Amino acid sequence: MRSIALVDCNNFYVSCERLFQPRLEGKPIVVLSNNDGCVVSRSQEVKDLGISMAAPWFQLKDIAKRHGIIALSSNYTLYADISNRVMRLLSQYSPNQEVYSIDECFLDLTGMDGTSDLTSYAQAMRSTIRQCVGIPVCIGIAPSKTLAKLANHVAKKQKQYHGVCDFNAMTARMLDNLFAKIEVGEVWGVGRRSTESLRQMGITTVLELKYSPAKRVRTEFGVVMERIVAELNGDACLKLDDVTPPRQQIICSRSFGIPVSSLADMKEAVTAYTSRAAEKLREQRSLAGGIQVYIRTNPHKDKDHQYQQSILVPLFEPTNDTRLLCRAALSGLQQIYRSGYAYQKAGVMLTEIIAVASRPRTLFDDAAAQQKSTALMETLDRINYRMGCGTMQLLGEGIRKNWAMRRGSMSRHYTTEWNELAIAYSKT
Amino acid sequence: MIAMQAAFHPCAVRQVPRATRGLLSLTHPNKELFYRQRALLRRAVPAGFPSPADDYVEQRLSLDEHLIQHRESTFFMRVSGDSMRGLGIFDGDLLVVDRAITVTHGCVVIAVLDGEFTVKQMLHTPDGQVLRAAHPAYPDLHIKPERDFSIWGVVRWNIHKV
Repeated sequence: MRSIALVDCNNFYVSCERLFQPRLEGKPIVVLSNNDGCVVSRSQEVKDLGISMAAPWFQLKDIAKRHGIIALSSNYTLYADISNRVMRLLSQYSPNQEVYSIDECFLDLTGMDGTSDLTSYAQAMRSTIRQCVGIPVCIGIAPSKTLAKLANHVAKKQKQYHGVCDFNAMTARMLDNLFAKIEVGEVWGVGRRSTESLRQMGITTVLELKYSPAKRVRTEFGVVMERIVAELNGDACLKLDDVTPPRQQIICSRSFGIPVSSLADMKEAVTAYTSRAAEKLREQRSLAGGIQVYIRTNPHKDKDHQYQQSILVPLFEPTNDTRLLCRAALSGLQQIYRSGYAYQKAGVMLTEIIAVASRPRTLFDDAAAQQKSTALMETLDRINYRMGCGTMQLLGEGIRKNWAMRRGSMSRHYTTEWNELAIAYSKT
Repeated sequence: MIAMQAAFHPCAVRQVPRATRGLLSLTHPNKELFYRQRALLRRAVPAGFPSPADDYVEQRLSLDEHLIQHRESTFFMRVSGDSMRGLGIFDGDLLVVDRAITVTHGCVVIAVLDGEFTVKQMLHTPDGQVLRAAHPAYPDLHIKPERDFSIWGVVRWNIHKV
C-alpha cells in the first residue's frame, strides 16, 4: 500500500511571527492580508474565540479590543524564507516531495517504514522541524492524497493523535467510525456549493460520500467528484507532482492604501503591478502574449459612484520585457480610465503564457533588440535580487507611491535584511 | 585544419573566417552533418597554452561554509549590551545561532526570558540550570521551573568588527 504524507504547518504566519517575537506566545494573534484587510492567519487562541478565516478586520475591532487580540501585517518575505527552510528539511525524509503551498507539502513515504513504523518516523519529522526552524507541524498519512489531507485534518483537530495521524495503521472499522463524524465539506476538493448539493442527496458525512454509488456521483457531479470518492476509498488517482507546472496566468492586483483619483497615480500603480508580474513571468522563464488591466472603485462604499472596467491588450509579439508590458498596460489603462471616481483597486493579468524556449519566430523578429532586452531584464533582476526588491525600477512606478499599501504593523525582515536582525540582549 | 590552426595561434580566442564557410557547403556530401559541423566551427575555439595551474584549481574559501553547519536551522542575531564581554561578545556584534544543536554544559545560548531574547552561558549545576553572564556586575540567574523560560538556539560564532 502507498503511504502519502501531508505535512502542514500550524497557523503558519502566526508561528513565523512568534518565532522571532516570543512575547507573542500564548496571546491571541491574527495576521492580516495585504492592506490590513482581512484575517489570513489565526493563532489557536483566536480560533477558540470563533473568529473565522478571511473575516474583514474592520468588523473585528470591537471583539479584538475586548480580548486584546494583536493584529500584524503580513510579512511575506519572512514567511517565504521560513517556508523554504521547512520544505528543504522535509525533503530529506523522502525522495519524492510535492510542495503544495507555502505551508504544506506531500511526501511519498512508501517503504520508509524499514526501521520504525511510520508514525514514529513522522513524529521524528515533527520534532526536527520544531527544533530546527521552530515551526509546529501536523502530519497525516494515508494511501491517497485526498485521504492524507483528511488524516492531517484529524491530526490537527484531535489532540489524542499528538499531531500525527496514520490511516494506514488503522482498521477499516476504525476509519469508518472516524469518517462518520467528519462533515463532507472537510474533504479536499469539496467546495461550499458541492457540499450543499451533496446535502440534498442526503450525503453529509465523509463516510456517506465514501460509500456513495460511483455512477450516480459521476452523473450528478462529474468526473472530479468521482475521483474524490475513489481517493476516499484508498485508490490513489492523484499523483505527486514534484515539479509545479508553470502558471498559465500571472496576476498582480492589490488594493490601494488610500483611494486613488488621479490618472497619474493610477499609472504609477499599474506600472508597478506590471513590473512585479513581469518579474514573476521571467522567474518561470515564460513570455506573455497579452495583458489585461482592470480597475475598480470600492464596492463596500455604496454612497460613492461606482465604476469598474477591464481591458485585454494583445501584444505584437510574446515578450517578458517589463518596458513593453508596461507600455501595453498603460495604453489599456488610458482607454478604460474615467476621471471623477475614487478607485480602490487595480490589477494586471498576463495571459497567453508560453515558455521562452517555444517563442514563435516571425518575419519581423529583431534578434538584436531581443538579445538586448533579455540582457537588460537579466541585469535588472540580478540587481534587485542582490540589493533587495525595488532597488532598480522604472521611473513610471513613481518615487513617493502615495497609493501604496498600508502595512501598519509589519514585523521585521529577520532573515533577509542585515539591519533588521532580531536583537539578543546582554543587559542582565 | 582550421581548428588546428586556431589552437596553435597565440591569441586566446579565434573565430573561423567567414569566407571558408561557403566553399565548404558546396563540397560537403552530407548537408545535415555540414550544418552541425559549421555550428561547431562557429563557436569560439579556446587557444593558447593551458594554464599550468589548471589541475590545481579549487573552490575559493567561503565564510558561509565555515560558519554555518546547518543551513536551514542557522539564524543571525544582533547583540545589545555588554554583559557577555568576558567571553568576547560585545555590543553590536553579530551572532551565528544554530537551532539544531543540543545544549550542553558551558554552551553560549539564546534564551527566551520573559518574552525577550537573552544571550547567556548555560551551566548545568547540582542546583539546576544556571544562566551566567560573563561580566562581574551581573549575577547568576537560577532557572526556576515556574519561570517562563526556553532555549531558542545555541550560539556557534560571534562576529566582531575590529
